[in-house]
Amino acid sequence: MGIMNKHETLERHSLALTIGILLVVAVGGLVEIAPLFYLENTIEKVEGMRPYTPLELEGRNIYIREGCYVCHSQMVRPLRDEVERYGHYSLAAESMYDHPFQWGSKRTGPDLARVGGKYSDSWHVDHLKKPQSMVPESVMPPYAFLADNKLHFDDIEAHLKTLRFEGVPYTDDMIANAKSDLMAQADPNSDYDAQDAFVARYVAAAGRDNTVRIADYDGNPDEITELDALIAYLQMTGTLVDFSTYEADDLDNRR
Amino acid sequence: MSESKKEVDVHSGVETTGHVWDGIKELNTPLPRWWLYIFYITIVWAIGYMIAMPAIPALPGLGTHNTTGVLGMSDRHTVEQKVAELHAERAAESTKLLDASLEDIETDLNLQQFAMAMGESAFGDNCATCHGAGGRGAKGYPTLADDVWLWDGTLEGIEQTIRHGIRSADDADTRFSAMPAFGRDGLLTSDQIDDLVQYVLSISGHEADAAAAARGGVTFQAQCSSCHGVDGHGTRALGAPNLTDADWLYVTEDEWRNGTAPDEIRGVITNARNSHMPAWNGRLDDATIKALAVYVHSLGGGE
Amino acid sequence: MEAHAWIFFTLTVAALAVLVLWAGSLKGRDPFDQTVYDDTIVKVGVGVSMFWGIVGFLVGLIVALQLAFPNIFYFDQIGWLNFGRIRPLHTSAVIFAFGGNVLISTSFYVVQRTNRARLAGGLWPWFVFLGYNMFIVLAATGYLMGVTQSKEYAEPEWYIDLWLTIVWVAYLLVFLGTIWKRKESHIYVANWFYLSFIVTIAMLHIVNNLTIPVSLTGSKSYQLFGGVQDALTQWWYGHNAVGFFLTTGFLAIMYYFIPKRVNRPVYSYRLSIVHFWSLIFIYIWAGPHHLHYTALPQWAQTLGMTFSVMLWMPSWGGMINGVMTLSGAWDRLRTDPVVRMMVVALAFYGMSTFEGPLMSVRTVNSLSHYTEWGIAHVHSGSMGWVGFISFGALYCSTQWLWKRKSLYSLALVEWHFWLATLGILFYIVAMYFAGILEGLMWRAYNEYGFLEYSFIETVEAKHVSYVIRAVGGGMFLTGALIMAYNLIRTALGHGEAAEGEVTSSAPAALQPAE
Ligand code: HEC
Ligand code: HEC
Ligand code: HEC
Ligand code: HEM
Ligand code: HEM
Ligand SMILES: [Ca+2]
Ligand SMILES: [Ca+2]
Ligand SMILES: [Cu+2]
Repeated sequence: MGIMNKHETLERHSLALTIGILLVVAVGGLVEIAPLFYLENTIEKVEGMRPYTPLELEGRNIYIREGCYVCHSQMVRPLRDEVERYGHYSLAAESMYDHPFQWGSKRTGPDLARVGGKYSDSWHVDHLKKPQSMVPESVMPPYAFLADNKLHFDDIEAHLKTLRFEGVPYTDDMIANAKSDLMAQADPNSDYDAQDAFVARYVAAAGRDNTVRIADYDGNPDEITELDALIAYLQMTGTLVDFSTYEADDLDNRR
Repeated sequence: MSESKKEVDVHSGVETTGHVWDGIKELNTPLPRWWLYIFYITIVWAIGYMIAMPAIPALPGLGTHNTTGVLGMSDRHTVEQKVAELHAERAAESTKLLDASLEDIETDLNLQQFAMAMGESAFGDNCATCHGAGGRGAKGYPTLADDVWLWDGTLEGIEQTIRHGIRSADDADTRFSAMPAFGRDGLLTSDQIDDLVQYVLSISGHEADAAAAARGGVTFQAQCSSCHGVDGHGTRALGAPNLTDADWLYVTEDEWRNGTAPDEIRGVITNARNSHMPAWNGRLDDATIKALAVYVHSLGGGE
Repeated sequence: MEAHAWIFFTLTVAALAVLVLWAGSLKGRDPFDQTVYDDTIVKVGVGVSMFWGIVGFLVGLIVALQLAFPNIFYFDQIGWLNFGRIRPLHTSAVIFAFGGNVLISTSFYVVQRTNRARLAGGLWPWFVFLGYNMFIVLAATGYLMGVTQSKEYAEPEWYIDLWLTIVWVAYLLVFLGTIWKRKESHIYVANWFYLSFIVTIAMLHIVNNLTIPVSLTGSKSYQLFGGVQDALTQWWYGHNAVGFFLTTGFLAIMYYFIPKRVNRPVYSYRLSIVHFWSLIFIYIWAGPHHLHYTALPQWAQTLGMTFSVMLWMPSWGGMINGVMTLSGAWDRLRTDPVVRMMVVALAFYGMSTFEGPLMSVRTVNSLSHYTEWGIAHVHSGSMGWVGFISFGALYCSTQWLWKRKSLYSLALVEWHFWLATLGILFYIVAMYFAGILEGLMWRAYNEYGFLEYSFIETVEAKHVSYVIRAVGGGMFLTGALIMAYNLIRTALGHGEAAEGEVTSSAPAALQPAE
């Protein structure tokens, strides 16, 4: 009963017990999490990923605020039925600028990883205002108030700066022009030079055309609302990576 | 164990450890054998699985990858293979479908069933969200299960609509037309629009103020007939709907019943809706688009 | 954040005012008399636990009804009542508010008695208890206002997280301080489990909430890690919130209240040692089973799966030790519904810790993940195990704290037991059915190899199950209301509890040395 006797030490010394517990519970996390920061096959090499535009970022923050993740995943698994239903399986690269990630754990509603471009803006407006008007059997809650809430984006530069500190490659230019970029994206009738400069900035980051879209997302040209931002975000999900250049069988991408 | 008072538990015959906490004692029962053996088995199994599959990450500085496992398995590889197999399985029918004309499909029962199965499957998740289950339609989203067509009800026409969408921003070949926002953009006065509403009501067989309708008729000929036709029967090439029938894109049955229909019509003339349908080229493959066309064509009134 | 600053300010002022009133009323009495246990805080804790339990179950019932009858329970213009905002309210209310208060109050109860020492730190235990409940109020009001990180079970924003960190360190020190003062040579097994719960939750909480606020005056922050790294950190946290909050913490409760209630020695000291260390070592590795088939590299999924399977026996060690402690006292199952409740808790614990490893097997998970199966698993674990062991502890501690020979009414305990048990069965059977059904429908192919069902058809198919689930939830809630009534009458000394005081089971004075 050697071990049992040694165990007495721990039962008699609370500090030894505490430290023992701490050591034992530290191992698993270290071995599993730390390698994700240095192994080369953690994030795939892809073309097309760019940081969120200011409007999309605001939209994503509304997605987070409303807790959409409780019903929607953003993670297409490499399983035949999911690939057929939702499209190409999700890559780690596609969420590398997501702070926090929003992969979800429950699908009360369908996966949203590739919903971008699938519907029209006005469908999203109708659907978000009253999901049952579009899909009578839906159990999704109504978000009509988003159309009435003006988007607050006075501090958008600070958001971009915080993310840059965390490693998202926002340039000085993007940060300095965040506000005007946001307004340009939500209003097709705004100053054309501002629109062009905005598109140029983010297309350059993506390295690929057609990765930025300007529209009056909520169909209300008078105001930039929370609904504008949310739909802008939804409409870009899953549209960035250029899968024609993605090599699934490359050793770094297989795993 | 100075202070311990080991004793034997009467019920189980096992010795206690000798400690007492608030009256609670502990028996010194050995580990249950079955428990220990199952624990060992799970450990052995786990080690085996870790050898077989990708499992162990390299230590920092000692490598850039992880062990890939002796079986060389990869989810991503597996799913690519499965989908490729599936496509190979369907290849014959799919190619046949791509080249088939309407008559071909109507005569080849096998091909028809294949196309219908494929189309129905894709319709549920991609189209029913707008057009309703079975194409029953919704406000602003046309019913596909009837023989009223905004643009084109032929097989080729439907395929064209699906592939390139309607007023879709990301497709150069999209079907396009735009009704002006007569009220919003100040092309017509509020009174003129009121009269037009009465006119549209009258030509579609609803009760209307005759004097207003007559005034509206004049405006209609000047402003609307270019698209909706002199008699209001619409123009397919422009996707401009027939305004004389009972089929409405932006007015629901309920709205006719509860009397808000005129307001809706007024809304359309004031703001114009010009709704979008996404282009499916790229998102869906060619065979699926063709199959969808066959499916939609068969729903009600394919031409 | 402004609203929260006000809530914080008001509650702090209220606490200080109470403190002043209390200090004024002391009149020469030593408030920290080391010869008696501090039971006041545990009494308050029992009441607060009961309150939060009812709130949490009620919100659970509301979210269940929202899914069953979306046309009745959704309101167009009331955003804060939406499912997305109140579902996290439910999970946090049941886990952190109900579970957390049960853990804190029972740990204060148990650590004093098994170490024969009054709680350490003077007023600090009150700081822990009130500070923790302040954290809950801030978290809950935050969700309703839309202040959330949308990280499951770690939703509160950065400043609320910081506050909890302070409270938690104080909790650790109070707990350790009490052990330091002990008059027993050895530390009882329940305290190992409590200690591992407190220490590990501190580690998990801090690492998973590393986040950078956008500004020091605003509530919004951005998580430091992103994408796949954030995902694994999150589920390392999330899984071990289950492992160390909902498992080791409640096993600690089990290790005190079951032997105490049935008055039998713990089955096996050796099993305690082996299952304790193997449990806490292996648990930490299992997090990736929440990320099977995702963009998390497959090697990490392998580790998550294999360690989950190895976790099976260490988990069952606790069940064996608990159930076998009854040997020699099996008749108590029949005569004492409180004991029955705690044993059924262990049965649910055994069931969900068998099911857990099964769901961790990747092929099984490919079916169960994202579906109602997961919800069934969660609730057999949380309503069955966490709920029932807590109810047992609340019945016992109320009776003992108020020194009653018996509870107000054992018949009402029977009612509670049967309503809740049937409620759980309704709930989980409906959800297993719905989960497997939708999992199969998602991957069903027609004869030509095309997907057979659209997503919305799978939503429709679950409607009846949703209704049955809500009925089960309603029964569970009713049971809890009955318990609350019973406990209040017990504390007041009514009914069967009226028969005078007992001192043997739980003396306020420190027990003399053996
Ligand atoms: C109660 C669960 C629930 C919540 C919360 C919820 N949804 Fe949904 N969502 C659903 C369901 C069910 C569907 C499928 C039926 C439908 O289309 O309405 C759906 C469908 C969708 C779709 C269409 C997806 C597709 O491919 O057809 C989008 C987009 C969407 N939701 C966005 C959101 C956003 C954004 C939020 C948060 C602001 C949200 N949802 C919150 C349940 C929910
Ligand atoms: C975002 C909503 C949306 C989705 C999704 C959608 N459609 Fe449409 N569809 C529309 C709208 C809006 C129109 C009518 C546009 C107009 O002319 O005003 C339309 C028109 C059509 C028409 C022309 C009807 C006619 O009368 O000429 C066809 C055919 C059609 N859709 C088929 C499909 C198919 C097949 C799919 C699925 C692959 C699909 N649609 C998906 C919105 C949608
Ligand atoms: C440039 C072409 C064009 C002109 C001019 C035009 N329309 Fe339209 N109209 C359309 C199109 C295209 C649609 C349907 C598609 C859509 O809006 O989505 C439509 C739809 C409508 C509808 C809705 C029909 C329904 O089924 O719900 C009404 C009513 C209508 N128009 C009335 C008018 C009136 C009155 C005028 C003249 C003041 C007018 N339109 C001028 C193209 C035109
Ligand atoms: C009256 C009793 C209860 C009812 C009616 C109820 C209902 C629900 C509902 C409807 C959900 C959402 C499921 C979904 O999103 O599909 C949920 C989630 C959850 N509940 Fe409960 N619940 C109850 C009791 C409890 C208890 C006692 C606990 C824990 C101690 C608990 C813990 C959870 C957790 C952790 C989740 C999230 C599960 C996940 O994300 O996978 N619930 N509950
Ligand atoms: C050996 C023990 C256990 C193992 C291996 C285990 C395994 C799992 C797995 C694989 C899932 C993921 C389901 C999915 O998303 O696909 C899961 C979810 C969950 N389990 Fe367990 N389980 C165990 C015990 C328990 C117990 C005892 C409880 C409750 C007290 C519990 C509560 C939960 C909760 C709350 C979730 C939902 C997490 C989420 O939000 O997605 N588990 N468990
Ligand atoms: Ca707008
Ligand atoms: Ca947090
Ligand atoms: Cu887990």
